[in-house]
Amino acid sequence: MAEAEAAVETLDEVTLGARHSPLGLAFRRLLRKKIAVLALAFIAVFYFCGLFAPLVAPRSYTAQDLDHVFQGPSLAHPLGTDSLGRDVLSRVIWASRTTVIVTVATLVTGGLVLSVSLGLLAGYLGGKVDTAIMRVGDVFFGLPGLPMLILINATLKPRVVEQAWIKTLQDWLRVDGLADYILIFGSLSLFAWVGGARVIRSQILALRETEYVLAARAMGASTWRVIFQHLLPNVSNIIIVGLSASLGAIAGTEIALTWFGVGIHPPTPSFGAMLFEGGSIRTLQAHPQLLLVPGAVVAALIFAFNLLGDALTDVLTPRAR
Amino acid sequence: MQGILPYILRRLLWAPLILLAVSFIAFTITRFGPGDPISVAMGQFRDPEALARVRHEKGLDKPLLDQYRIYIWNVLHGDLGESLSHQGYSVSEVIFPKMWVSAQLGLVALIITFGVGIPVGILAALKQGSWMDPASISTFLFFQSVPVLVTVPVMLLVFVLKLHWLPTGGWEGILSKHIVIPALALSLPGIAGVARLMRATTLDVLKEDYVRTARAKGLREFTVVSQHVARNALLPMTTIIGISLVTLLEGAFFTETLLGLPGIGRLAFESVTSRDYDVILGLTLVLATAFIVANIVIDIAYTFIDPRVRYQRSAVT
Repeated sequence: MAEAEAAVETLDEVTLGARHSPLGLAFRRLLRKKIAVLALAFIAVFYFCGLFAPLVAPRSYTAQDLDHVFQGPSLAHPLGTDSLGRDVLSRVIWASRTTVIVTVATLVTGGLVLSVSLGLLAGYLGGKVDTAIMRVGDVFFGLPGLPMLILINATLKPRVVEQAWIKTLQDWLRVDGLADYILIFGSLSLFAWVGGARVIRSQILALRETEYVLAARAMGASTWRVIFQHLLPNVSNIIIVGLSASLGAIAGTEIALTWFGVGIHPPTPSFGAMLFEGGSIRTLQAHPQLLLVPGAVVAALIFAFNLLGDALTDVLTPRAR
Repeated sequence: MQGILPYILRRLLWAPLILLAVSFIAFTITRFGPGDPISVAMGQFRDPEALARVRHEKGLDKPLLDQYRIYIWNVLHGDLGESLSHQGYSVSEVIFPKMWVSAQLGLVALIITFGVGIPVGILAALKQGSWMDPASISTFLFFQSVPVLVTVPVMLLVFVLKLHWLPTGGWEGILSKHIVIPALALSLPGIAGVARLMRATTLDVLKEDYVRTARAKGLREFTVVSQHVARNALLPMTTIIGISLVTLLEGAFFTETLLGLPGIGRLAFESVTSRDYDVILGLTLVLATAFIVANIVIDIAYTFIDPRVRYQRSAVT
């Protein structure tokens, strides 16, 4: 049964191979996995809600209704209300916006730009550049991540908020608490690049010695051309796998930092703050839904990230298939 | 074993340099922020003159690099400084008893993680192709996905508030009921990783010729799996211990704080909020040293367990 499916897959790939890029083929393979499609669908809905929170959310995240606090689910408030009578559903939707911003920003800066460029440089240039990059990586790896992130966020915040350009940018982007976001994804990126850079470097070390790279260099291709035209496409599958694997951790760390009180500051909603409010023994005893609702959404999101990451690993790394 | 000695030497030579860099970064971050520990300790109604005097006594008015030089000099003489929030105690006196609590808890959690993860991984590999393989791995992947910030309160809700089976928190040694919730909270997230690696290596070993030979000899399936497959598949598991330690520490941070356990996780939490510089720095140094040593030991152990592993120049990462 499984063999027959595999045979059909290879047949498909042979016939389609002429028209589709390797990544396109991998994507088709991904869509054949039911779990991956479900995970993708959930992530898509989550990101849609996050991006369009002002349109999707039934109420504002700050609208208080002190006559109706700690309400259970009702037609007016499908997920009930919190200690200030704020609509929990709306707060969950607005909190997902925070998660969306932080994950995307960290993914692009720390996950993609820093780790890929440093990994490529270290692997291809070797020698002193390699040593320098990898030793710096060792240092960041040696620092206990979470306490350091908390320290950075706790100590640098007042200095970042003072900067005039942040205010200008904040007005221009119309995002509340921009300094919080910048600190969070900046400090996360600082620690997020090491793992990816190491894996990419080790792959490049092997690829550097292949004949097609030698051929390209013999024909006079510049270093940049070799790196971007010949090496980068060959590590793109590892990059995608690494990025998808780190998404859950990034989302989780922002929530942890905010829970601690150094991440996103109120009134900007975040799952971390919601979990903090719902997690105290008293609230837990009387109104467990205030913990269970955001907890379930967070767990489902990270679970979806992990399932997608697994499926992508299956599809993109030939050894595991 | 050739090639291993220079490799270890290189690692050992790098370790102090990495530690120095780690301590410098941590030092700069702690000194850079607003709100120094003295003003936090003195509270709202502090007297500016007294503040300046204490700052001078503690050497907090010197230039940053001088402060750092003095700090490192003291550390090299075995003095990690004095705790500011635990009056009258040195940093080592504060850190090490708490480390012992965290180490006990971590050990219990590690035993659960590997004790559950390894059999689940082997079973999943043996049942490859049936529904049990993805179902078992996904179950533990789900547990990996739930943040400790959710699992601990949910366990409190179910086991303490609803069922009244367990006490709320606190620490009474590893043989009391108090350890159940923190040990579960710390071990659950790691099981999926162990089970997955075990599944992958078991699948590799199952393809080996000696496994076919063992089956061809007519050995019972249990003997084949326990004697021939599991023993060889266990080798790469040593590499994952280092990663597990990091996961444990991050989990301990929140678990200990949520449940009020007197470990280093809660200490880290408290010392950051009270800006207890020297405790933060001491913790950073002790933990970084522990990680570096653990990773070197694991690497060395690996070459003894599996003589096929050879270290070359490029293997230093």
